[in-house]
Amino acid sequence: MLNIKNLQAKVEDKQILKGIDLQVNAGEIHAIMGPNGSGKSSLASVLTGRENFEVTGGEVSFDGKNLLEMSPEDRAREGLFLAFQYPVEVPGVSNINFLRTALNEIRAYHNEPPMEAKEFLRLTKEKQKLVEFDARLTNRSLNEGFSGGEKKRNEIFQLAMLNPKLAILDETDSGLDIDALRVVSSGVNKLRSDKNAFIVITHYQRLLEYIVPDFVHVLYNGRIVKSGTKELALELEEKGYDWIKEPAATASV
Amino acid sequence: MITTTTLYDRFIDLYKENETSREEGWLKNLRDTAFEAFATEGFPHIKMEDWRFTNVTPFLKENYHLQPRRAASLHGRHNAAQIPSLDAYEVVLKNGMLNEDIAIPGVKISPLRTALQNSNFQHYLGKYIPIHKHPFAALNTAFFEHGIVIEVDKKAICDKPVHITHVYNAEEPVFVQPRILIIAHPGSKVEIVESLVVIGDKPLFINSVSECYIGENARADQYNLQIAPVNTHIVNFKQTIQQSNSLYNNHTYNLPEASLIRNNLHLDLNGVNTESHLYGLYLPGGTQLTDNHTVVNHLFPNCFSNELYKGVLRDSSRGVFSGRIYVHQDAQKTNAFQQNNNILFSDNATIDSKPQLEIFADDVKCSHGSTVGSLNKEALFYLRSRGIGEAAARNLLVRAFAFDVTDKIQIPAVKDYIEQVIIHKMEETHHEQ
Ligand SMILES: Nc1ncnc2c1ncn2[C@@H]1O[C@H](COP(=O)(O)OP(=O)(O)OP(=O)(O)O)[C@@H](O)[C@H]1O
Ligand SMILES: [Mg+2]
Repeated sequence: MLNIKNLQAKVEDKQILKGIDLQVNAGEIHAIMGPNGSGKSSLASVLTGRENFEVTGGEVSFDGKNLLEMSPEDRAREGLFLAFQYPVEVPGVSNINFLRTALNEIRAYHNEPPMEAKEFLRLTKEKQKLVEFDARLTNRSLNEGFSGGEKKRNEIFQLAMLNPKLAILDETDSGLDIDALRVVSSGVNKLRSDKNAFIVITHYQRLLEYIVPDFVHVLYNGRIVKSGTKELALELEEKGYDWIKEPAATASV
Repeated sequence: MITTTTLYDRFIDLYKENETSREEGWLKNLRDTAFEAFATEGFPHIKMEDWRFTNVTPFLKENYHLQPRRAASLHGRHNAAQIPSLDAYEVVLKNGMLNEDIAIPGVKISPLRTALQNSNFQHYLGKYIPIHKHPFAALNTAFFEHGIVIEVDKKAICDKPVHITHVYNAEEPVFVQPRILIIAHPGSKVEIVESLVVIGDKPLFINSVSECYIGENARADQYNLQIAPVNTHIVNFKQTIQQSNSLYNNHTYNLPEASLIRNNLHLDLNGVNTESHLYGLYLPGGTQLTDNHTVVNHLFPNCFSNELYKGVLRDSSRGVFSGRIYVHQDAQKTNAFQQNNNILFSDNATIDSKPQLEIFADDVKCSHGSTVGSLNKEALFYLRSRGIGEAAARNLLVRAFAFDVTDKIQIPAVKDYIEQVIIHKMEETHHEQ
């Protein structure tokens, strides 16, 4: 589904991604871990097409199409979704209007008619329940004045509504209380299928107990320096990152 | 022979020519004083503080007809229902003229000419307008011919908005000077919507003055929808006087494409416990210049005024905002707020924003602020990352920005109409890019 080859990118003349290789197939869950500032969010930004990142090398294909050539909206319409680490507040745009617009633009891209009001309402109710998203929040301005946890939950609510092929969850667990973490993870697990895939960026093994990954990758200094199965996450939890940084540091000399 | 008489000279000559045909009495005195003021000052120029950013000189070069000819050609050529599904009392002014009285329950609308035969209006007309500081208002006062008087009876509640459609014939260059006088007697309530229809594409200069008197316990809402073709130049002076316990809401919309819109909105709070809201939105595009000068005079204690003007400036347009609040010594317990926020939508657009507070009382709550920014890039990316196209995303953000102004429109049909205009204009912007 997603095929990243030797991806390099810079921001403001600073090389952030230094050659990333990653393949994600339908039905898989990949976890990406790594110390602060290693480039995890940057990878998500490059994949979703954030303007200030400049791709300096490599390629990314998404279901056979060249992802890097598409506008951010077309990437979303093709089925890519990012649950942001820091969701933006958008005063004056109502959550629900925003979602209706997004949903219908995606449908239009696939030559489908706008969703009927009744059907949209039904879908909204169903997905609200799935992630236990407070109905009152759906009518408020998008993320405005939401608590940290409410914003994260809203991201997963949007994910549930838009039903993407590939979802990237950037530290969705940070800011969630223990109950919320359980609710959100079980929501994600219910959305899983053999047709979609997830990339879960996290610092904590705890989330991976709920959303069990098929693969765990460690990103350090703009490269994936180690890949393994879910046991790798446990090892990291125990030992920290130092043992992984060392060989990477020497390798780059 | 080619003469190069200036517009100023032509007005001076015209006043003298008409000497004999002019009214007598109070009206003549009013006009003479105004004429003197205009003759002394001349047209405003950029060396005057209030006109620093707005150079009217280029707009005065046309060879305008100074008095529109009676234009039968206007007949039946405009569609008064230009605000879809607005349920209102329709008043159509053709080149400023109303042909006959219109009677609405509790409201009397008369042509200015006939109304002014009643000398009672000398207590209202031009009473508060600072003609010595505002040459255009002085010019209008010296020369106005047509317009209307709207009088709302004591305690009368006008059940529907009064919609004034100003229709102008610009099949030849013309300089018009309409005048409106609104008197809402104590305890009454009225909503007035003004819009424009211009026929023809020759230069049209509208130098309008309107006065609005709001009696004790009365309420008046005014909507000024300024949408006109590019060759239209608008200078408007609006004076509102509020008595005790009255409420006034002004909604001003500067919309494309009139090349010049200059509004002066002056509010005198002449009694205690008044409430006033001034909402404005300007959305200039092309090389349009929109300029809003507002003055709020707090003269009595316990009054509340709130002003919110927002601007989205596109293309190579220019915006000017100057908001002045005076809190006079006796105006204790004043609450006065003012905010001006701007979004520059293109690198070539400019805004000059000048909020000013002058406070001479000590027990007051006042604030003012002004911001200039561009569309929030993070928000734009967020919307796009959910599949919303760039143009639609910008549109959503602009409407969201304008929302706290448009949301204040109390007449649903007017609100829908304005929102449609905003969407339409924003879409046009993207076609151009
Ligand atoms: N817009 C930007 N301008 C300059 N530097 C940036 C920008 N965005 C990211 N960076 C830098 O890129 C590096 C990687 O940042 P990134 O946000 O990808 O890290 P991360 O792995 O997600 O870290 P964390 O775990 O703290 O979220 C950091 O050094 C960061 O300062
Ligand atoms: Mg990050």
